Amino acid sequence: MPEKLLFEKSVPGRRGVTFPTASLEGFSVDAVLPKKCQRESELTLPEISENELMRHYTRLSYESYGVDTGFYPLGSCTMKYNPKIHEDVARFPGFSEIHPLQPEESVQGALGLLYGLQNMLSEIAGMARVSLQPVAGAQGEMTGMLIARAYHLAQGRQRKHVIIPDSAHGTNPASAHLAGYTIKTVKSNREGIIDLEDLKQVVNQDTAALMLTNPNTLGLFERKIGEVVQVIHDAGALVYLDGANLNALLGLTRPGDMGFDIVHFNLHKTFSTPHGGGGPGAGPVGVVSHLTPYLPSPLIEKKGEHFFMDSNRPQSIGRVHSFYGNFGILLRAYTYIRRLGAEGLSAISRNTIINANYLKKQLEASYEIPMKRPCMHEFILSAKAFRDKGIHAWDIAKRLIDYGYYPPTVNFPLIVPESLMIEAPESEARETLDDFAKVLILIRKEIDESPEKLTQAPTTQKVGRMNEVLAARQLNVRYPA
Amino acid sequence: MIQESLLYHKEHEWVRLDGSRATIGISDFAQEALGDIVYLEIPKLGTMLQYGDEVTEIESTKTTSMLYAPVGGKIVAVNEALEGRPELINQDVYGEGWVIVIEMNDPKEANTLMSGKEYASFLENETA
Repeated sequence: MPEKLLFEKSVPGRRGVTFPTASLEGFSVDAVLPKKCQRESELTLPEISENELMRHYTRLSYESYGVDTGFYPLGSCTMKYNPKIHEDVARFPGFSEIHPLQPEESVQGALGLLYGLQNMLSEIAGMARVSLQPVAGAQGEMTGMLIARAYHLAQGRQRKHVIIPDSAHGTNPASAHLAGYTIKTVKSNREGIIDLEDLKQVVNQDTAALMLTNPNTLGLFERKIGEVVQVIHDAGALVYLDGANLNALLGLTRPGDMGFDIVHFNLHKTFSTPHGGGGPGAGPVGVVSHLTPYLPSPLIEKKGEHFFMDSNRPQSIGRVHSFYGNFGILLRAYTYIRRLGAEGLSAISRNTIINANYLKKQLEASYEIPMKRPCMHEFILSAKAFRDKGIHAWDIAKRLIDYGYYPPTVNFPLIVPESLMIEAPESEARETLDDFAKVLILIRKEIDESPEKLTQAPTTQKVGRMNEVLAARQLNVRYPA
Repeated sequence: MIQESLLYHKEHEWVRLDGSRATIGISDFAQEALGDIVYLEIPKLGTMLQYGDEVTEIESTKTTSMLYAPVGGKIVAVNEALEGRPELINQDVYGEGWVIVIEMNDPKEANTLMSGKEYASFLENETA
């Protein structure tokens, strides 16, 4: 039976904490809060004892799924293991007990660490400078687009649109739009990479930038990247790398060497900081040297042996976040990079590429794999062939839940019908991949022999198949309804 | 399912001609690819459109997709029923699932659209 809500467990008058009677003499709420700001009805909070509350959340925690409980093949999300030493380091008093408003002289260690991280990320991506301010991948994208805009305006030209491939993450057009650009789509060719001829048709003197993910969301390296960059640069536009898939490139090649001008990093993907609900994100942005004046302000600089926040940056796009990003998260990424070193980082990328290709090979005989080329860190299966049997990609995803796995990304990228996008981070052992492949092959048999097992899935969980259509058409997130 | 009596646009819209009026919806292929449609903003009456303009976005549980104007002109009717029942597009794509009617500026523009047969081979090419 699903866990009841706290509201359903509530018993009038039950308390988890007993407050002493207020001892402030002559205190009146009216004196500190105008009448119109005071509640007229009682607060409808659940009334519950402390131990019931603890049991509720402890039971819920058993039902949650994360990288600490199992394989998480969510494509383009790089759900890798987060080493626990990061948590130890983040709790060092020298880091956990400082405040961003302290005088600079008293936090030289923390500033030095951030400065070091800026430089390490610059080196990894082949960029001149990095800002650690943006706190999410999408915020990094928007920061990148604002930088492109500031750059073009400084050249005295008004550019109008940003070019985005049809395989791109949905955040790309959203970010470019927020920065004031319209969107033009460039097609992918049959090989699954940018169609150069189409790109030449789309690009013109109004193009501000091309936003590109490399390897792209099909898990393929854009092997014509040199020509792509040339076409964009010839039009006076910039090339932006969506760093979502950077896990495949560490120490093997650098976006800067490919000609990218702006890059964002997802520290919560590539650099193993907590992901999604597990913690705040971090989306630092790096740029080539002629774009550094536009980076968000302040930047951390070093003068002699002294680190300081440099706010004297007249051409900067300004702040994109309070203080200097999510320090605790940046600290974890720093720890990750320092523990691995240069060789460790390139081993990460080599291993995720091997993992993905190993898994892909095992599934080749059972599923349609639209892109035959060796993949990078992720690959796509298509469930299109099962449509006749009434089976869709999400049915396979739901059935995987029955077998104890978090499902891969489904129905994305949009250019492959009924797609399942599987990423196999380096932190997964060969045995884990073997077990996962076995289950997918078993599900393939079920599609032929007992498709209802898929269409009814999940059946082993406390909650069955959700009515996603009804939930979307009649959204109701209020309790009581 | 392709209806021979209709014309089709490469962005997967269908068009039913009645003099200078064009009734427009999305093709069966498009609704099948989108899956359960959960929302679309009903376009405004009187909006002037040029060929290829974005008309409205159609949202399903899977994704969102743009409806493009397969011909230019003025929106003279909109299917208000879709406001509360967007599923009409899934249920009756060439009938009750129509989206808008355009009074065409230049009825000759419809000559650029595909016949049912042409659309069928276009789909085969696209999805091969």
